[in-house]
Amino acid sequence: MFDFNHLKKNLKKDFSGHKKARLAVLGDSATQLLVQAIRGYGYEVEMDFEIFEADYDQIEMQIFDTSSEVYSFKPDYVVIFQSTQKLMKSFYKLPAAERAGFADAHLDKVRSMYDTIASKLKCRVIYFNFAMIDDAVFGNFANKVGFSFTYQLRKINFELMNLAQRLKNLFINDIESLACRYGTDTVNDMSIYVNTDIVFSLDFMPAVAKNIADIILAISGKLKKCAILDLDNTLWGGIIGDDGMENIQLGDLGIGKAFTEFQLWLKELKKRGILLAVCSKNTEEIAREPFEKHPDMVLRMEDISIFVANWDNKADNIRRIQAVLNIGFDSMVFIDDNPVEREMVRTHVKDVTVPDLPEDPAEYVGFLRSLNLFETASYSEEDETRTEQYQQEAKRKVAQEVFTNEDDFLRNLNMTAGVSPFNRFNTPRVSQLTQRSNQFNLRTVRYTEDDIARIASSGDYAHMAFSLKDRFGDYGLISVIILQKREDALFIDTWIMSCRVLKRGMEIFTLNEIVRTARGLGFKRIIGEYLPTPKNGLVKNHYADLGFTVTGGLWLLDVDSYADRENFIGPEGPAS
Amino acid sequence: MTVDDIIKEVNGIFIDVLDTDAIVLKYETTAKDIEEWDSLTHVQLVVAIEKHFKIRFKSSEIQGYKNVGEMCEGILKYAGK
Repeated sequence: MFDFNHLKKNLKKDFSGHKKARLAVLGDSATQLLVQAIRGYGYEVEMDFEIFEADYDQIEMQIFDTSSEVYSFKPDYVVIFQSTQKLMKSFYKLPAAERAGFADAHLDKVRSMYDTIASKLKCRVIYFNFAMIDDAVFGNFANKVGFSFTYQLRKINFELMNLAQRLKNLFINDIESLACRYGTDTVNDMSIYVNTDIVFSLDFMPAVAKNIADIILAISGKLKKCAILDLDNTLWGGIIGDDGMENIQLGDLGIGKAFTEFQLWLKELKKRGILLAVCSKNTEEIAREPFEKHPDMVLRMEDISIFVANWDNKADNIRRIQAVLNIGFDSMVFIDDNPVEREMVRTHVKDVTVPDLPEDPAEYVGFLRSLNLFETASYSEEDETRTEQYQQEAKRKVAQEVFTNEDDFLRNLNMTAGVSPFNRFNTPRVSQLTQRSNQFNLRTVRYTEDDIARIASSGDYAHMAFSLKDRFGDYGLISVIILQKREDALFIDTWIMSCRVLKRGMEIFTLNEIVRTARGLGFKRIIGEYLPTPKNGLVKNHYADLGFTVTGGLWLLDVDSYADRENFIGPEGPAS
Repeated sequence: MTVDDIIKEVNGIFIDVLDTDAIVLKYETTAKDIEEWDSLTHVQLVVAIEKHFKIRFKSSEIQGYKNVGEMCEGILKYAGK
């Protein structure tokens, strides 16, 4: 973790080229240093946070007065930091009879702040939950007293989770967990608090800033999708090639427990949708054996989306893994106990995150957890099957090699696609695609689930979610189209496709559907737009390739003269 | 160690925290003499000094020192010898 001075010095550096985000920071304590830490941390992750800092203790004044500076600033994020110290003071002011309702009243206040913000601004709200303070008024007995501060404080943190599940644009900055990791003595510096009303210590400030940046990066689609794993002394203790399968440390053997717990964590990540890849210097058959036969292995072959074990250098192998998975290097984490391999990968494959694993395997999990590498801004049930989908993809690659003719290969896949309007079942995945897709994304507009629900119920849009199947398996929901009904044309607000279905003719199938929709609605023209980003060069010629003509930066397609284009995808029933 | 020795060490901390080379601390230097030394950087300076000398100031002392010399006398008192 960077120290505060380091972050402060970043403020003088050149932020040009960094992605911009506008933050309004409101606190009930002195927040100047926190603001410096947030902006300074942004430099480390290539974000240019433009920050409006509200005056001291003006949270409600600013939020409930919708003509205030917060609203004219038009932030992308409103960051609200109420401290446990202030909370406790207002709790103590209450007569005993009202204390049992303290948490509920506070949550109502949070809710109405959120509602007021949401009524005026299209932005996310990041709300700090509360670091625990045990006021020791009741001692442990506080747990048995509904109107104790301990009880009410915990209730607030618990109910904030429920509130955030209901309000899609409310995100919790989990200070409680962070404070647990750092310990109360690090979280606060009481003499500075007494002198200046700065709540968090300088040592804790960078962690808080990182947490906020983590949330914002995940929302902006900058997140980790894959963990690339070394084997010997990373996933198990010992060297499989020398020690043999019986002697590697796993389960009860030696310090096997450390590796078993590490694997349990990785397995959970995999279930959440993080791809696991193996990259090991080993003979492949020997390296696979524990995955297939060792009784104490938690990870099995079906958990691994791509398995690379050979004697080539790891940088080349990681490039190979990247080519198959087709995700950015910046979405990969490389985990290896060997500092030499780590340095090699760090130097030769820029953008891959390479944590410096502690020497003691017992500390692997705790250390990796403390980095919070796998922050996410959404979760859909399809995430669970992602590994399976990539394994199917590997089989398709083999099948493709059999066919010399591209069309024969596509015909042989027996593809069928489903089309469905947005509905409450596909909304999470639709929103997730808008947030995570960077490459095949024509305008890169990010939508929350609330946004998608609003589009779905608005008469101003037509919308389609596409799913695709072939004889190897189900790709799930892979393409999203949002069409805005303008006066004289149908405007393609969003055209996103998962890169897993590139070169299947899916975009042609999709265009046929768009034209069909335009005809049904009586539009004569379809307008497309390409907004370039550093990552969507893939679709630079998308509209030209599909026969659109360019005028003044926009791409036009005449509906009447369009004839359905050939592809090898058949229709199926509505997508589930 | 003398107050002058402490002032020299503290000078280095000031240069690092305030991110400017152009600081020469004297016994009678005050916040008014140094542009970057305001109430916010003061907090940073206090924390950096505490860490460097492995001491803790009392809350009442943090805003109480009139000049660099007095603060360094305070450091000397805690750091000893």
